[in-house]
Amino acid sequence: MAGMIRLEIVTPTRSVVNEDVQIVVAPGTLGEFGVLAGHTPFLTTLKLGTVRYTDAKGTERAVFVNGGFAEALPDKVTVLAESAERRRDIDLERAKSALERAQRRLAMEKKKEEVDYTRARAALERAMHRLKVASTRRQ
Amino acid sequence: MATLKDVKMKIGAVKKTKQITKAMNMVAASRLRGAQTTMESFRPYATKFAEVLGSLAERSGEEVSPLLVERDEVKKIHVVLCTSDRGLCGGFNTNLITKAEAFLKGKTGLEFSFTNFGKKGRAWCRKKGKTIADDYIGVVGGRFEFNTALKAGRKLISGFLDGNYDEVWIIYSEFVSVARQTPVLAKLLPIPPLEKAGKDAEDKSRPYMAEHICEPSSAELLNDMLPRNVYVQIYRSLLETSTSEHAARMAAMDNATKACNDMIGSLTLAYNKARQAAITAELMDIVGGAEALKG
Repeated sequence: MAGMIRLEIVTPTRSVVNEDVQIVVAPGTLGEFGVLAGHTPFLTTLKLGTVRYTDAKGTERAVFVNGGFAEALPDKVTVLAESAERRRDIDLERAKSALERAQRRLAMEKKKEEVDYTRARAALERAMHRLKVASTRRQ
Repeated sequence: MATLKDVKMKIGAVKKTKQITKAMNMVAASRLRGAQTTMESFRPYATKFAEVLGSLAERSGEEVSPLLVERDEVKKIHVVLCTSDRGLCGGFNTNLITKAEAFLKGKTGLEFSFTNFGKKGRAWCRKKGKTIADDYIGVVGGRFEFNTALKAGRKLISGFLDGNYDEVWIIYSEFVSVARQTPVLAKLLPIPPLEKAGKDAEDKSRPYMAEHICEPSSAELLNDMLPRNVYVQIYRSLLETSTSEHAARMAAMDNATKACNDMIGSLTLAYNKARQAAITAELMDIVGGAEALKG
């Protein structure tokens, strides 16, 4: 078995994940990348998406991250995100209603101001990603 | 000499005040704990952030972001003033406002505008007829998320880039300890020269900081991180100010409760003296009357 690597996901309000894992797959701005123990030092920005990792027991886990950046070192991966939620912590109801709200607003705002449009777009994307992560939840 | 009844009523009033100040003290104490925990949980993020930013700044070299460039002519200054929404926290707000006044003093011919976090600072700006660009009420001292700092930061950065402001400063209260909070003035934009990593002896124990592969390039990464640095700073300032407010209120209310106790003590003494004087006077009357009857 390959060596373990420490994964830390922190947001300004709390530390979401801090444990030894086997592999981390994260959504970099220039493409998804995987990190195993002994990775060369690497720094990248992240886009909205899912950080997936396999924990010490071999269970696949997923964490929703909202942008930010990641630093990979031979023995450690640090993800700094503006917000992050473990799959099981995602509030399905909230995400669903956010999705609907964003869709409604998008339909309305299309002709109006650019700013609101981009904001609604971003909200829509966030909601969709949350739902996508949550949908892989084991029942 | 105050009558017995007056003194008794006064004692009652002071006791009620004491109940209030004591309750406020306890509320502030529990909020202070909450605020300190939030500050603690932000620390890992802030530390890591500064570390990465420092190592990037070191390597990105010549390419400069507009957020770093000092303007040749500084005319329009924007101040972010963090105060509390509510009073009864001792000299807390006064200290912050004095800091702002000291900053403005002697700078004639410059245009000033303000972003206010907290009602007290806003009230001061209104009274002095300052331009208020933005105000956020219910943030300091309450629960707020990183998002608040993010939104405020975005506005400030776009204002700076559009040339509405030549410099942006922030005034907040630093939480030194429960007993001490100091007002601090810091420059937000243009971002002051970044501390480069690798200068401290501490960093020498971490040889792997040397070279990262960066994706996209380190300059682009830096450009992405600089605005975030502003948000992080604002968020930290808000956290510090909130924590300071609770600490200041706790201290102020503790003092008030002590003052109440002193007052109750001296009033009770006065009450007892007055009561004793009345009894003595009455006794004198009776004795005098009895003497008169005897004769």
